[in-house]
This record gives sequence, structure tokens and C-alpha cells, in this order.
Amino acid sequence: MADKEVVLMKGNEAIAHAAIRCGCDGYFGYPITPQSEILETLAAEKPWETTGMVVLQAESEVASINMVYGAGAAGKRSMTSSSSPGVALMQEGIAYMAGAEIPGLIVNVQRGGPGLGTIQPSQSDYFQATRGGGNGDYNVIVLAPASVQEMADFVNDAFELSFKYRNPVIILSDGIIGQMMEKLILPPFKPRRTEEEIRREYPWATTGKSKDRQPNILTSLDLDCMSMEQKNIHLQNKYNIIKQKEVRFESILCEDAEYLIVAFGSAARIGQKVIEMCRQDGLRVGLLRPITLWPFPSGEIARLSRQVKGILSFEINAGQMVEDILLATNGRTPVAHYGRMGGVVPAPEEVLQALKEKLIK
Amino acid sequence: MKEEIIIAGFGGQGVLSMGKILAYAALSEGKEVTWMPSYGPEQRGGTANATVIISDEKISSPILSTYDTAIILNQPSLEKFEQSIKSGGTLIYDGYGISTPPSRTDIKIYRINAMDAAATMKAAKAFNMIVLGGLLKIRPLTQVENVLAALRRTLPERHHHLIPMNEAALRKGMEIISPEN
Repeated sequence: MADKEVVLMKGNEAIAHAAIRCGCDGYFGYPITPQSEILETLAAEKPWETTGMVVLQAESEVASINMVYGAGAAGKRSMTSSSSPGVALMQEGIAYMAGAEIPGLIVNVQRGGPGLGTIQPSQSDYFQATRGGGNGDYNVIVLAPASVQEMADFVNDAFELSFKYRNPVIILSDGIIGQMMEKLILPPFKPRRTEEEIRREYPWATTGKSKDRQPNILTSLDLDCMSMEQKNIHLQNKYNIIKQKEVRFESILCEDAEYLIVAFGSAARIGQKVIEMCRQDGLRVGLLRPITLWPFPSGEIARLSRQVKGILSFEINAGQMVEDILLATNGRTPVAHYGRMGGVVPAPEEVLQALKEKLIK
Repeated sequence: MKEEIIIAGFGGQGVLSMGKILAYAALSEGKEVTWMPSYGPEQRGGTANATVIISDEKISSPILSTYDTAIILNQPSLEKFEQSIKSGGTLIYDGYGISTPPSRTDIKIYRINAMDAAATMKAAKAFNMIVLGGLLKIRPLTQVENVLAALRRTLPERHHHLIPMNEAALRKGMEIISPEN
């Protein structure tokens, strides 16, 4: 441990430090509770004086996402962050990035909705993140951190995935993980990519016209429907590869489980306590935590649905991920949902009671 | 070991920072810690609380409904959390402004007149360190030295001259906390 930098930090602060450390080139954002510490920490750390990373408070969320689009098109590691209503404003930009295949990171520290809603934690943007609020047949890779450590680690992971597939990536967090402090081992410093490295590694990037190639044009617009369909087929093929290769989940005490809780992010932390309580009572309950919400771990849930007597989808919302579980289980086992809405976070006892009432009986 | 703590009082009393210092001190001993604030539309004078969990093992839920130890610094918080203390658990409260004292008989109750002591010491800002001192006397979750190291690490340099006062406050808290049952 001696050579590692161990700190106590909020999830939001961890995101900011991780961005600086993973060679992020630019952050563009607009303040909103409960994620303002991301911009505040970046402003306090002044990375423009050290790594050269740009930090800019834009005039709006719409401006922020379009700045991410522009910087990403130039092959730069660029990101924005906001909370639910702010991310709603960014949906057009995200769809354009998906269409033009521009990498970039969007962090959503969710709060209760709909609309302006509340500032307390929620997971009610599962649909917004995995189904997209933008138009067209597109998908965004969605990572759901469940600890302050993952808030930091997923920043670099998100950029790697984003550039590997030329696709926007969302880190879907919430007010709990954003606001709570935990032990964090800071990730190591990685330099920003040089202009030369960007030219070499990302030949598609708009790095300035040179004599040896045609201009790079990045756009989601194509008025020829036949070529637009080809573009869509290309995207769908890419999404299929992502579905095959990038599914991530954590499985806790599932081997002998008779019942299963599926929960992501902060709900998975609460769910973990629920399974601890179940095991003390002699109930064999396991927890499956999707880490990627898209691509969803449908295969693993399908496999477990042949083993368990029932699945509880515990989400801090009205029931969104439960639809993906129903698709994955295809009627093989009973599936129920439990959640609270509008910023109310249930305690483990409440979830345990719901599990018993809805499934174990 | 695992200790689940709620610290609750008025906004501006240093509830959140007291939890943070405690978490930091425990972290420096290699413990796992989680600090979760209530972050609603709180303001100075409103109620504020923080859940602090200190454990040898990885911590699951940062959200709890029952606690091993409750540190209660005003009447609304006493009403909200008295029944949430686990049987056999510990309640520490500041008598200042408490109109209805705690009544449970299945928990250990300690009173610490930290508000009065802070006034006598002319150290209103060290109020929360008096309370923390009291807690550490009853539940030695971490060494005072680690708390001081945490203060040195978390306070900006320009405030380091206040550390001796904070140390005096911690010692004072250890001295004045007294059992009620």
C-alpha cells in the first residue's frame, strides 16, 4: 500500500481526479446538484497548468455536449458531466455523436425526476441512458459504478471503450455514489496523447488536412437513404461486436442461490447488505450486479434464470431495468421489481421485506 | 469490527466535517470507511446528518436504517433517530436544547455538554471536536493522534494554528462525557 496514493474522497471528486490522471484533454460542463463537485474539483486542481487539460464552464448543457462533440471529433479525450435534467438536454448531441461515431464521455450523477424533479438520488435515467433520449437506431455504452473507486476507475475504462469503438460512453452514477466518501486508490498518471499520436492512432480524426489524405468529414447527416442504411448496418454490426465482447457484471453468492437480486450502482450496494441479511437467516439469495447496463448481461441472467426460483430487480426507480430482465428470462422464472422514486432511497430492511413478500412468500 | 454511526444535528454545527475527520482517521489505520451525508436542501440552522461506517471488511450499503451508535446534537434529530439505535447500542447526546431527553432503556446513553464546554473554552468552532472526543472515549474507534493527523491533512495550511485548540477540544470531550444510565 505504501507506494499507492490512498485518499478519502467523494465519488464526484474521484471522477475529476481520474479525468486529470487518465490524460483527459477537455472537460466542458455546467453546474447542477448533485454533481457540481466534478467541475469544482477540476477548477480547484487547475489541470490546465499541469497536464494542459482544458476545463470550461459552458453556457449550458447543450453547449457542453457540442463542445465534447467538437473535441472528440479532433481525436481528443473529452468529457462532460451533469445530472438527470441536464443530461436530458444533451440527448440530441449524444445521438449526433453516435451517428457520426465520435468518442466522448458523459457522466450522469442521477437525481429524482421527471423534469427538474429533486436533488436527491435516483436511478430513474436507466431508460434515458440505455434506450437513448435521442433519435435513431443507436446505442451508447453505459457503465454503472457502485463505489468511489469505480467512479475513478471507470473514467479511463470509458475513454478506452469510447475510442476503441468510436462511440459515446455514459457513466451512469447517482447522488449516493457522487456524494459519499470512501477510500480511493488514485489511478496512476497517464500523459495526454500528443498531436502526433492522435494522427497515428485515429486516422479518422479531424486533425487538419494534410497532403497525403482526403479531408476527414465527421457527420451524422447523409441525404442518400441507401448509403444511410449502409451506415446504420455498420453501426448495428459494431453494436453486435460490443454486445459480444464488452458485457461486464459482478456475481456475488450466485453459485448456490435459490433467489436472485439484480441491482446496479448504489442499489447494488444496498442489495449486497440485503443478501448478507438473507444469508444470516439461512436464505440462499445471490446478487448479480450489471456493470455495463448496455450491453446488458442478458446471457448471465438467462443462465441464472434456469437455476433460481425468482428474481427481484431492485432499482431506485419505478421499474426500468426489470424490462431487460424480463427479456433475458423470457418467462422461465418469476420476476418482480422493487424500488422507490423521486429521490427516496430504501434501506436494506425495506428491500428484504419486498423480496420476501413478492417472491419468497 | 464494524461500527455503523449516525451523526445528526443542526446544519452549521460541524456534523458533516466531524464525520469526515473520523472517517479519515479510521482510513489512516487501514480501515474501510464510508461517509454518506444527507445532502438535501440543507442550510445553516436546518437539520443535517451523516452516516459513517468503519469496518475491517469491505462495506456494503452506505444507506442504513439502524445504527450501533448515534450522536445526537438537537431535539429534532433525537426524535428522528432514537428508535433507530440497535438494542445494546450507544446514544451520545448534547443536552443543550434538548427538551425531551432520551428514554430508551435497552441502549447505553451518554450525555456530553459540548455546547456549554465550547462556550467556556471560547472555541465555538471546536464544538464538533469536543463531541468527537466524547465518542472516542466511549468507543475507541481510532487514536486521538490519528484524528490530529487527519486534521493536519484535511485542513488548509492557513488553519493549522487551530490544531492545538482542536486537540484541547478532543481532550475536553473525553473528560466531560458522562453516562446517564
